Amino acid sequence: MLMLYVVILFLWLALLLYLVMGGADFGAGIIEMFTSNANKSRTRRIMYNAIGPIWEANHMWLIIAIVILFVGFPVIYTTMSTYLHIPLVIMLMGIIARGTALTFRNYDAVIDDMQKVYNKIFVYSSFITPLFLGIIAGSAVSGRIDPQADTFMAAYVYSWLNWFSVAIGFFTVALCGFLAAIYLIGEANDEAERKSFIRKARIMNIAAVVAGAAVFIASITEHIPLVQWVFGNVIGITAVSAASISLVMLWYLIYRGKRYIIRVLAGFQVTMILLTTTYKHYPNIVILKNGGYLSLIGDRGADKTIEALGVALLIGSLFILPALIYLVWSFQRKPNGSTNHH
Amino acid sequence: MDNFLAARSQMALSLGFHIIFSCIGMVMPFFMAVSHYLWLKTNNPVYKNVTKAWSKGVAIFFATGAVSGTVLSFELGLLWPTFMKHAGPIFGMPFSLEGTAFFIEAIALGFYLYGWNRFNKWFHWFTGVVVGISGIASGILVVSANSWMNSPTGFDFINGKYTNIDPIKAMFNPAWFSQALHMSIAAFAATGFAVAGVHALMIVRKMNINFHKKAFRIAAVFGVVASILQPLSGDISAKMVAKRQPAKLAAMEAHFKTEEYSPLIIGGIPDVKNKKVNYALELPGLLSFMVHDNFKTPVTGLDQIPEKDQPPIAVTHYSFQLMVALGMLMMTIGVIYFIALIKKRDWFNKHWFLRLFIAATPIGFIAVEAGWTVTEVGRQPWIIQGIMRTKDAVTPMPGIGYSFYLFTAVYLTLSIVVIFLLYRQIRMVPQIYDTTNPMHTKN
Repeated sequence: MLMLYVVILFLWLALLLYLVMGGADFGAGIIEMFTSNANKSRTRRIMYNAIGPIWEANHMWLIIAIVILFVGFPVIYTTMSTYLHIPLVIMLMGIIARGTALTFRNYDAVIDDMQKVYNKIFVYSSFITPLFLGIIAGSAVSGRIDPQADTFMAAYVYSWLNWFSVAIGFFTVALCGFLAAIYLIGEANDEAERKSFIRKARIMNIAAVVAGAAVFIASITEHIPLVQWVFGNVIGITAVSAASISLVMLWYLIYRGKRYIIRVLAGFQVTMILLTTTYKHYPNIVILKNGGYLSLIGDRGADKTIEALGVALLIGSLFILPALIYLVWSFQRKPNGSTNHH
Repeated sequence: MDNFLAARSQMALSLGFHIIFSCIGMVMPFFMAVSHYLWLKTNNPVYKNVTKAWSKGVAIFFATGAVSGTVLSFELGLLWPTFMKHAGPIFGMPFSLEGTAFFIEAIALGFYLYGWNRFNKWFHWFTGVVVGISGIASGILVVSANSWMNSPTGFDFINGKYTNIDPIKAMFNPAWFSQALHMSIAAFAATGFAVAGVHALMIVRKMNINFHKKAFRIAAVFGVVASILQPLSGDISAKMVAKRQPAKLAAMEAHFKTEEYSPLIIGGIPDVKNKKVNYALELPGLLSFMVHDNFKTPVTGLDQIPEKDQPPIAVTHYSFQLMVALGMLMMTIGVIYFIALIKKRDWFNKHWFLRLFIAATPIGFIAVEAGWTVTEVGRQPWIIQGIMRTKDAVTPMPGIGYSFYLFTAVYLTLSIVVIFLLYRQIRMVPQIYDTTNPMHTKN
């Protein structure tokens, strides 16, 4: 059943691309949050020029992932949306607030105090959305989802409110901030801006390491076999080593003044992280409290549906990928074009 | 608040909100592309200014439509998990194609909004057209998923099990064409009238007349042509409803008694208890004619449908009457527009003519909401017509009432902010957009 693997590959790629491109996008808001007031408007301008043309597309990956889930793997989709209802609603609020605030602040014809309102909403939602995305991802594998639960708290709150999931949430936030900072280093107009983004990247890198350590500690205290998933197999160890080496290279190249290769390396980091954390328990992407699993193979939809979905994704990618690559490339080539914004 | 009622209310609110933004988001790019084309062909800078002003509107509506659409793709599972568990693999195909169309739309919009003076001018124009085409494609695909709920096909339902699933057959279910056609034309009519109305108001107020006149003409043409075509697609839709969902049609018409020469009931107050309609205008035989093409054949009335399978009659009837009445009104305005175009050119400058359009600004969208109510409320108590009841599909999680209040507050705030932004866009036309004629302003 070749198409099943095509569909699973697309699901994984959609998650990866959402994490990298959507993540850098969220990260831009996180960076703005941690920028001193004096530099905020300049950071905002650089950021807007960088992400403006592509930000809507960055968030389409989430839609692709969710559609793959509900068409191809309906039991996984409905189990998650039932027991993780609350964090999903909070995440959706973040998505609504962020998407509209960013657009409103760019397209409000009058520049006045409303900008402050948009900015506040934008930065807070840029933080909250990836936090809850991480919490949801962590909850899927934390083994706290309990379809047999008989109290509201056990079924709908403890399913996601645990140290492990929350630590993954903060790790995701730090990762997004790191991606954005690395991206923005290449967009800086002068040495002072560059230095400031490098400083941001360093802070976010430290935050990611701290949050990552917290994830491991929480996994041990909450009896989640994360250590085994990551270090218990060749792929995991190789990926972690590759990520570590590439991180050292990344920092070396940042100080050597490279712009593009550091972006590739940062993307590579994220790819390795997603690979190690999903490889070992594949194809089980939801782990239940009773030890049961929801599997991409065992809990898939009808074969005819998977076939059609695979074909649709392949055809769709023929349209999407060239257009997307051309979009990114054209605005990379000549940054800071005339956008007739004020 | 009752959980089931809260879930239904939240879904209705989310769809009711999204439908406005998606209609504008899929139709306005065409206005923009026409104006852009005229700028490229005539070099008249007013067209360029109109294009730029409209593209800001498109950006605002697209972003709001995109987030509310993202929310909906989650809400299907958050509110109706049992439905999605079974229906996802059957009716999900159009959603996966819609994902592609939506993605293309977002990419094309990136090119368009940021592409001024960067690309070949015709390539840039073309990306604007792609925004519109992929928007319409998205709309058609989503409506085709909805039409499956009205006319479920592409599976066998045996002993409560869904087997022999064929997602392609489900996508091209019998109702997809009539519903997609009706909705697409409705989007053009509603958006055309709404945009034309706003520009007509500015002309009457003598603000940047040249700018607003050009904008008015483009938007109005789309609106009036669509509103004249709409009754035809309405007739196709109604025949399909009569065939596949007799209970919905009976509720739309408040048609209680199955009898020969079934009357078309216009207006009136349905008295559900006594199974009759008071104060209505009844045209004998006309309903039979509209459904069966002859005046005699009886049309299934509510008396043939068990009470537990009947939709809420009053809401369906009123919404349907409202939709038809507003549609007829728009068609009439459309005819007046064409009379002006062909015979009475000076009407375009008459205030009564413009005031007609000003008054008609919201009616297209009121009709869209009413029509949506007809199709959704009229399908009740089913979520999948004849297969699954809505109450059996709802989430087991209690407390959806709070979620409903939250979504209400958020969507209400967003609506206010969007109106506020549009108001500001329009107010700033003299300063930002109308470079050719800045003196024609009151400010």
